[in-house]
Amino acid sequence: MSDRETVVNITVNGQPVEAQPGEWVIAAAERAGVYIPHFCYHPRMSSVGMCRMCIVDIDAGRGPALQPSCMVEVSEGMVVDTTSEQTRKAQDGVLEFLLLNHPLDCPVCDKGGECPLQDQTMAYGPGESRFIEEKRHFEKPIPVNSLVYLDRERCILCDRCTRFADEVAGDPLITFQDRGDQTQVNTFPDLPFSSYFSGNTVQICPVGALTAVPYRFKARPWDLTEVESTYPNPMGDRVVVQASRDQVLRYQGVDSDAVNWGWLTDKDRFSFEATASELRLGSPLIRGTPLGRPDPGGSELVETSWRQALTLAADAIRGAVEDKGPQSVAVLGGARLTNEDQYAWARLVKGVIGTDNVDAQLDDGLPADVVLGLPRATINRSCTPGGTVILMAPDPKEEQGTLYLRLRHAVVNDGVQLIELTPRATGLSHLAAHRLHHRPAEAAAVAAALVGGDIDAGPDGEIGGVPGDALAAAAAALADRADKPITVIVGRPSLAETDGPTVDAVAELARFAKLLAAGGRPGIAFLPALHRGNVLGALDMGLAPGLLPGRVSLDDGGSALAQLWGAVPAAPGADARGILKAAANGHIDVLVLLGADPLGDFPDQDLANAALEAVGTIIASDLFLNPSSARAHIVFPAAGFGERQGTHTNMEGRVTRERQIVTSPGTARADWAIATELARMLGADFGFGSPEDVWEEITRVAPSHRDVSQEAIDAAADGAVVADSSIAFSPPEGPTSVPHVDAYSLRLVSTRRMYDRGTLFQHVPSLAKLAPNAVLALNPYDFDRVGVDSGTEVQVISNVGELDMPVVADPGVPRGTAAFGYNHPDLDVRALIDNDSVVTDLRIQT
Amino acid sequence: MSAPAPSDLRIITSRFDVEDGHTLAGYERTGGYAGLRRALEMAPADVHGEVRTASLLGRGGAGFPAGVKWGFCPPGVWPRYLVVNGDESEPGTYKDRLLMERDPHQLIEGCLIACYALGLSQCFLYVRGEMAHAQERLAAALNEAYEAGYVGANVLGAEDFSVDITLHWGAGAYIVGEETALIESLEGDRGMPRLKPPYFPASIGLYGKPTIVNNVETLANLPWIVSNGGDAFAAMGSDSSTGTRVFAVSGHVATPGVFEVPFGTTTFREIIFDPQYAGGMRPGRTLKTFIPGGASAPWFFEEHLDLPLEKTTVDQAGSMLGSGAIVVMDDTTDVVKACHNVVRFFARESCGKCTPCREGTSWLEKILGRILAGQGRPQDLDLLMDVCDNISPGINWPPRQTTICPLGPSAVSPIASALERFRDEFEAYLPATAVAVTTSSGVAS
Amino acid sequence: MARLNSNSLAIAQEIIGRYPVPRSALIPLLHLAQEQDGYVAEDAMAHIAELVEVTPAEVMGTCSFYEMLKREPVGDYMVNICNGISCHLLGASALIHHAEDTLGVKPGGTTDDGKITLEAVECIAACTEAPCLQVNYRYRNQVTTEDFDQLVADLRADAAGVAPHGQLAKVRQHVSEDRWAGVSPPHGQGEPAWMARNPSDNGDGS
Repeated sequence: MSDRETVVNITVNGQPVEAQPGEWVIAAAERAGVYIPHFCYHPRMSSVGMCRMCIVDIDAGRGPALQPSCMVEVSEGMVVDTTSEQTRKAQDGVLEFLLLNHPLDCPVCDKGGECPLQDQTMAYGPGESRFIEEKRHFEKPIPVNSLVYLDRERCILCDRCTRFADEVAGDPLITFQDRGDQTQVNTFPDLPFSSYFSGNTVQICPVGALTAVPYRFKARPWDLTEVESTYPNPMGDRVVVQASRDQVLRYQGVDSDAVNWGWLTDKDRFSFEATASELRLGSPLIRGTPLGRPDPGGSELVETSWRQALTLAADAIRGAVEDKGPQSVAVLGGARLTNEDQYAWARLVKGVIGTDNVDAQLDDGLPADVVLGLPRATINRSCTPGGTVILMAPDPKEEQGTLYLRLRHAVVNDGVQLIELTPRATGLSHLAAHRLHHRPAEAAAVAAALVGGDIDAGPDGEIGGVPGDALAAAAAALADRADKPITVIVGRPSLAETDGPTVDAVAELARFAKLLAAGGRPGIAFLPALHRGNVLGALDMGLAPGLLPGRVSLDDGGSALAQLWGAVPAAPGADARGILKAAANGHIDVLVLLGADPLGDFPDQDLANAALEAVGTIIASDLFLNPSSARAHIVFPAAGFGERQGTHTNMEGRVTRERQIVTSPGTARADWAIATELARMLGADFGFGSPEDVWEEITRVAPSHRDVSQEAIDAAADGAVVADSSIAFSPPEGPTSVPHVDAYSLRLVSTRRMYDRGTLFQHVPSLAKLAPNAVLALNPYDFDRVGVDSGTEVQVISNVGELDMPVVADPGVPRGTAAFGYNHPDLDVRALIDNDSVVTDLRIQT
Repeated sequence: MSAPAPSDLRIITSRFDVEDGHTLAGYERTGGYAGLRRALEMAPADVHGEVRTASLLGRGGAGFPAGVKWGFCPPGVWPRYLVVNGDESEPGTYKDRLLMERDPHQLIEGCLIACYALGLSQCFLYVRGEMAHAQERLAAALNEAYEAGYVGANVLGAEDFSVDITLHWGAGAYIVGEETALIESLEGDRGMPRLKPPYFPASIGLYGKPTIVNNVETLANLPWIVSNGGDAFAAMGSDSSTGTRVFAVSGHVATPGVFEVPFGTTTFREIIFDPQYAGGMRPGRTLKTFIPGGASAPWFFEEHLDLPLEKTTVDQAGSMLGSGAIVVMDDTTDVVKACHNVVRFFARESCGKCTPCREGTSWLEKILGRILAGQGRPQDLDLLMDVCDNISPGINWPPRQTTICPLGPSAVSPIASALERFRDEFEAYLPATAVAVTTSSGVAS
Repeated sequence: MARLNSNSLAIAQEIIGRYPVPRSALIPLLHLAQEQDGYVAEDAMAHIAELVEVTPAEVMGTCSFYEMLKREPVGDYMVNICNGISCHLLGASALIHHAEDTLGVKPGGTTDDGKITLEAVECIAACTEAPCLQVNYRYRNQVTTEDFDQLVADLRADAAGVAPHGQLAKVRQHVSEDRWAGVSPPHGQGEPAWMARNPSDNGDGS
């Protein structure tokens, strides 16, 4: 702190310390290198002062007194003594009290070796107990959900897990129960701690009361090696990856101020089980005879050598290029790779093969110019106290769990006003200042009214299904706070509509952004909330049609890059839908799937199926065989998270490191190496010997990344944010035309759930069973009109298909709208989505 | 105005003998709601001024001047709430229940006056859960008062003054008598105290808003104060302990009872021994010890009998008047059992929030229970004191504490008092084989 | 046992309406559930959670903190013998032992006929009437063993004039709509109108 007015001078153990206004004494002391023991205090949660371990002598002008340093704010001239006789006696006393009823089972406790209570006892505790009475007994341990066990005998009632559940996750499903020395943490009977975030309670438990089922008895802390890394999700959550004997055993969140504050979703935290799965691909596969001979028409995928697989792949690509030209080769996917992997593939595909038919998104994202061509917000900007967030994206609680936690904190604690501009309620709705739940595909009209200052609600008093007065109130609130940052979180709020309506809405907000910026205010910035781990890196590295590495278009940057790469595609290629259509029409001979599963993921399942049928050679690079790669002709086993080295780009454009700690199964390789090898066989020498080599080339080749050197990434704990872009958002020429919904139909919204049928998720045994089954959710008003009991199976009919599924009432779904999840394991609802229309309408038959 | 004779001094218990004093008719007939009418003729700040002038000390236990406490609301922050603490649970304490049962309108009137004076727009009357009769008397009185226009919209027809009183009741937890725990409980939560600061109710109280928490007896005094003036109230009692106070004298006395006496001038000897009060020891018995202010208070002995029932004097003598509960023990008393009884109370009533109280009070109870069962060890007596020291460092009065609220340190009072005075009685419980030599060891090494 | 029935629900809605924040009605509603069923059933807790917009676990957290709220069925009559210090000094232990012998249960236990649950409780604020007890929170003062035996006989015959466990006050607060001023929500309130009244002549306003 350089500003004098923002410094509070205190003395800690005789040393002058510059503290920040409002800072707790315990935090100021810790920054000054004085550790005050504590159990209940956690810097990311409110202080409760329960454990009393951190009581120290604090003199704020009225003489020293024992006070909890986690609940006393620093004040000018304050004198803190953490070493006084009185402090020592009190802390020894608290430690003794905590140990009275704590079992002596450290040797069999998962926490042993990394336990604050154990550490404190070893350092300061009495040698033997003066407590000769019977210890408190509880049944041990009990599951609070299928992932977390609770041993109430070990619990010291610090309130961390219960506070986390309530304050941080907003899922107060574990609470203190009973009273006094009988107090325990527990759930309501038969109502488990069903939270996407429950694993965090294990991480923050200061004793071994909470243990994670996937980690129980797997290792001791001293057996673990660890690296700090970045979990490859859109948030780029910072993690520590811990392994023993070449096997990943645990992920722990890292408290990154800019990103995840130490939190992880359970989906990510326990995904190491998939990495370690027996079903991982460990050897290249080809169509062949049982003896391993190549047989392109063979029904079996058989193991083969890398040399054989690469040769076959290179031959197929060369053949296709020679036969029909480079555009007969297409690539889908790549959004789960590291930046280096993506770059190497981009260079191979665009610079060597020469095709621009490349798309890392599967028609479920946003055009690159929306992502790269608008002022980008950071997560911290969106959480600026007093600011405004306009949520125009799928439910962050389902899709970007740790972003949900950050937003939740911002709204609850920092007065951020949330305006929801979504077609249905989200996990944040109950916190939203304004809920503008519009008719599907009509976001643009609502956005225009929100920022346009002119609300003409028409005869029914609504715009896009949103009452005019609600819109007026939201518009006034937005204008009121225009002196603070406004952040639009933008994604695809429904997979049952095209991206057109969302892009139209973005155009309206972008127009307003310009107006605001003209007034010298912080204005509007956009935070893209897209599906798939490193989709932002994929766009930055050029894995999209018409795009080159470094946020530059093929048109603008093609000639410059051609000099470095030797060649670039002649013309912009097709996106995922275009590629699959071309394939179905016989124009694609080789289709490369980079961790992509169009059969399972692409909204138009029929098209995906027809495309895969028609393609001559499918080459896949993946961790597992998925429905699509199972139909490939050549499969490369790829290195996954924890097995590869490189960098990741999150939704903000933040580049941080992914680090390797274990070897990949069998002969699986990093994707950058596969691309490099394939390029070599096609006659191009990239000269890459390591991901660092790749990054070095990226900083030379990619205009936006010129300043993002290895050193720059490592210079700050939170990596480096890439801000430059030469892409400009190009507003659509005319608004997407949305048909009227007839009186007998309901308009469909379909969104992803966090627990789904995804290949990786389904290979995590601890989680897979938690994926819910599909239900059709209707507003209670519409539900009552259907006239059946909740959970009754109804026939759901669209103009492309029909499915039977249970129907339930859900007040989070607006009237006239029907909602179902996109990715349930039991029922593939894509059969109902009309891909030839902007929206899909449904009818229900009982 | 000179101090009235004791017999005239029934200020807040004046209707205890009026058959229908709890009804609106009986209340109005005996001068009820005159204070409210008087208050409404005054500016709110002037009503506050009268309470300040009266030097009315809070009657809940801490004895803080109510008028001063009222002044702690941060200016300009609205709404503000009034919470009436009728969760009377301190062992030996027994006055608020009678005030609620026998003169509910007096309390309601007091609430209205406080709301008027301070701009409190809603009042919550928190009655202890176990007091079913008090709850129904208050419910009936509130229903009458609402319909008669004393409470609710447009009090007494005033266009600008409306106040709601919501009758609320607890469900069995002593700690809820602590004002921040009371607020937690009123918010539907577990009654676990909040740290003060920052959670002084006057600044951050119910729903995070400025909240005045006053005891039943405190508020019951307001009608009289407003009707008769703060000066008249201050003229009664002593200089610093003004007005009257209601004391319950129980235990080994001839005529236990609840007595309203001049505050600060009456002595312990008078209230325990005078025939008009508790009437002295039972025949043939002598005084062994007495608790001057509820179970939390350190015990007093023969030599304290001539102290006046006056806050400062009692504080300086090492105890407190607390909640107005005097519990008398005669020479038949087994002090170890009495001590165990009081400690057990605190152990059972600990909310469980702070480690020293949660673990410490039940440990103390277990040690005492073991001693009573004949399984004491010589070192247990020093252990008791050291555990006490870890809950209340120094074992001084007023107590310091390693906890948020004073419940844990309250369990220290009986042990410190009894062990200091009657150590031999504890030692007598130790098995004969145990060598009664004790050391003053600290934490075992 | 069950969720709140329609009668209880109507009362519950009225109670909730008297608080600016619904959660504040939690304890009164738990009493209401206990009045309905004699104890607080899990289904009732779940129902109350819906009514005051919290999770069932939060209701459980609050419910389990307070001694009066029973989460298992108890006898028709809770006989709570005071074991506070004043009663202790005047024979509470003997009375409790007598009760144990007479009823054949320890504190916390219920007689086989389901009539009586015995508890030894902390001070119930009738200290000058020691030893005392409460039957379903109605006082019995200066209780002798003979008194106790008579009480037990009366309770077994349902002749003690005490309502079954769960009911507390026989009179409920009820405010007609026109008399209710309206709750004061914690946000969006200004200074109350009457605070603007001018100081009168006889007050110094200090």
